[in-house]
Amino acid sequence: MATALSGFDRRDALRRKAGLPPWMNAAPAWVRAIKAIVIILITVTMLYPLVYVIAMSFASPAQARAGVFFPTEYSLDAYRAIFNGGTVTQGLQNSLWVTVVGTTLSLVFTSMLAWGLSRTKEVPGSKAILIMVLATMFFSAGIIPNFLLIKTVGLLDSLWALIIPGLISAFNMIVIRNFFMNLPSELIEAARIDGAGEWRIFLQIVLPLSKPVLAVMGLFYAVGYWNTYFNALLYINDAEKWPIQVVLQQYVLAGVNIPGAVVTEGAPPPPGVTLQMAVIVLATLPILIVYPFVQRHFTKGVLTGAIKG
Amino acid sequence: MSTQTEAGPRVPAQRDAGAPAPIKQRKVSLRKRIWRERWAYTFIVPGALFFLVFAYVPMAGNVVAFQDFSAFRGFAGSPWVGFQNFEAIFYDPEVLTALRNTLIIAFLQLIFAFPAPIALALLLDSLMSLRVKRWVQTVVYLPHFLSWVIVISVWQQVLGGGGLISNLVGGFDLMSNADTFKLLVVAQGVWKDVGWGTIIFFAAIAGIPSDRYEAAAIDGAGAWQRMRHITLPGLIPVATLLLILNLGSILTVGFEQLLLQQPMVGADAAQVLDTFVYFRGVLGGEWGIATAAGLLKGIIGTVLVLAANKFAKRLGGEGIF
Repeated sequence: MATALSGFDRRDALRRKAGLPPWMNAAPAWVRAIKAIVIILITVTMLYPLVYVIAMSFASPAQARAGVFFPTEYSLDAYRAIFNGGTVTQGLQNSLWVTVVGTTLSLVFTSMLAWGLSRTKEVPGSKAILIMVLATMFFSAGIIPNFLLIKTVGLLDSLWALIIPGLISAFNMIVIRNFFMNLPSELIEAARIDGAGEWRIFLQIVLPLSKPVLAVMGLFYAVGYWNTYFNALLYINDAEKWPIQVVLQQYVLAGVNIPGAVVTEGAPPPPGVTLQMAVIVLATLPILIVYPFVQRHFTKGVLTGAIKG
Repeated sequence: MSTQTEAGPRVPAQRDAGAPAPIKQRKVSLRKRIWRERWAYTFIVPGALFFLVFAYVPMAGNVVAFQDFSAFRGFAGSPWVGFQNFEAIFYDPEVLTALRNTLIIAFLQLIFAFPAPIALALLLDSLMSLRVKRWVQTVVYLPHFLSWVIVISVWQQVLGGGGLISNLVGGFDLMSNADTFKLLVVAQGVWKDVGWGTIIFFAAIAGIPSDRYEAAAIDGAGAWQRMRHITLPGLIPVATLLLILNLGSILTVGFEQLLLQQPMVGADAAQVLDTFVYFRGVLGGEWGIATAAGLLKGIIGTVLVLAANKFAKRLGGEGIF
């Protein structure tokens, strides 16, 4: 082995370190430099706005008013004011409730339907229902008929209106169904021969084996429920029942003042901009918390497998 | 669920039916097959009912498009007006604006936002360090999970009046500039979803057999040529598929995104078909016209998907169905 590395050898070593085949050598230095610059630009564009917003939500009032590239003096006043106010807290609570209840129900009904439709050959009529479900991916009735339906069934101004219309996503159902159909059939057949009923097989064999896909789909549903904005705008008038996304839109984009957002008597209120930043951070935080888990499961290829299948 | 133990007795019966000859199973009558699978239906019925009520019943609600509908009178009490609402659409200047904006944004998206994930996937695929690749993927997937409200709020804080850039360069406000708004919409879309869009292309790249690269390398093809002649052609089927799907939704351009920003730039720049339906129908109370516009849009979208699918198949590619 060469000890003194020439330019070519170094590239060779790079390749070997990455475990790539011998014909795949590293690109010349200038190409790699361009790639590095492009990649750094992309990541900065993606991350800097988020980092900036988080940092500014902690900025001291003086720096927030002056407007800086990155704050150096910090204060928690904005968060204190928001949690005093009640509106944002209420919004977070509503969103949390919708997310927890919605995700649970969605997972239950989606996986039930997926299991019911996983044996289209044996169960008469299930193929037709599968097609009926799949067809919904290609059309939707439109805003107004959906609104009129929710109005007719009396769900207006109820948090249930944010859950029920999106209870089962046809796409998620297909992903789970694909996963179910790839489970080892011997296990399920054996249980069936031993006299286990459909429900018992589902609860004791299928579900425990499907934890990875259920976790990913659960996270997808949760993110969807947390991010619900338009349905809330459409179906919920009562400000008490607004989810955090509507609260965010009102106070950050529409510029309405947050009621009751006062820290203590005597002290001046924190500047509006830090309040806005803090609301953005609170609305984003749960996503940032679950994101590493979602991300980890991508690498397991659950999704790509589903797309290819 | 408490009756699940009752499923026990059916087993010997099933064994008897299956034991003599497997062919015999085919002759089992439909009624018996349904009865045998009765438990499977307990899984199907709730979900099927859900889709019936929340996807198919609203379809019927589109009759509003043929009515002079008012919420007071309801479906039964509202008078029928035939195609009057559809006629009204064609004479409505706002519809024309909405249609023009929709098509311009869709066109810009096709030019800039559609190829972006392909380029990014190729770039990331060409990286040698797996760690860098994973890290970049982690970063670029993230914005996809943020809601439009958050994305626009964040952009507002950076590019809007009183935002970061305007602090550095006085008077800068990209967010309420109606002239550049359509490009801004596309840029926001790329920022949010370019990373997410690469996933499907990575799946396609992973499906390309590696011996092709090896053979090409042995024949003297460099990294660039391998990308140009092996990877890129390998992505074409997926890209066609996505193009078909995009064509179907050409009249649907970022509804929440535009709804949120319309107050900032005005309806002339930001009214699209979906926001028109919302403002006219839900807020304005002109249910008939708004529903007719939505229905027309849905029908055109479906026709476009079917046509594009047929076209792709005729060209020898794979369709989506």
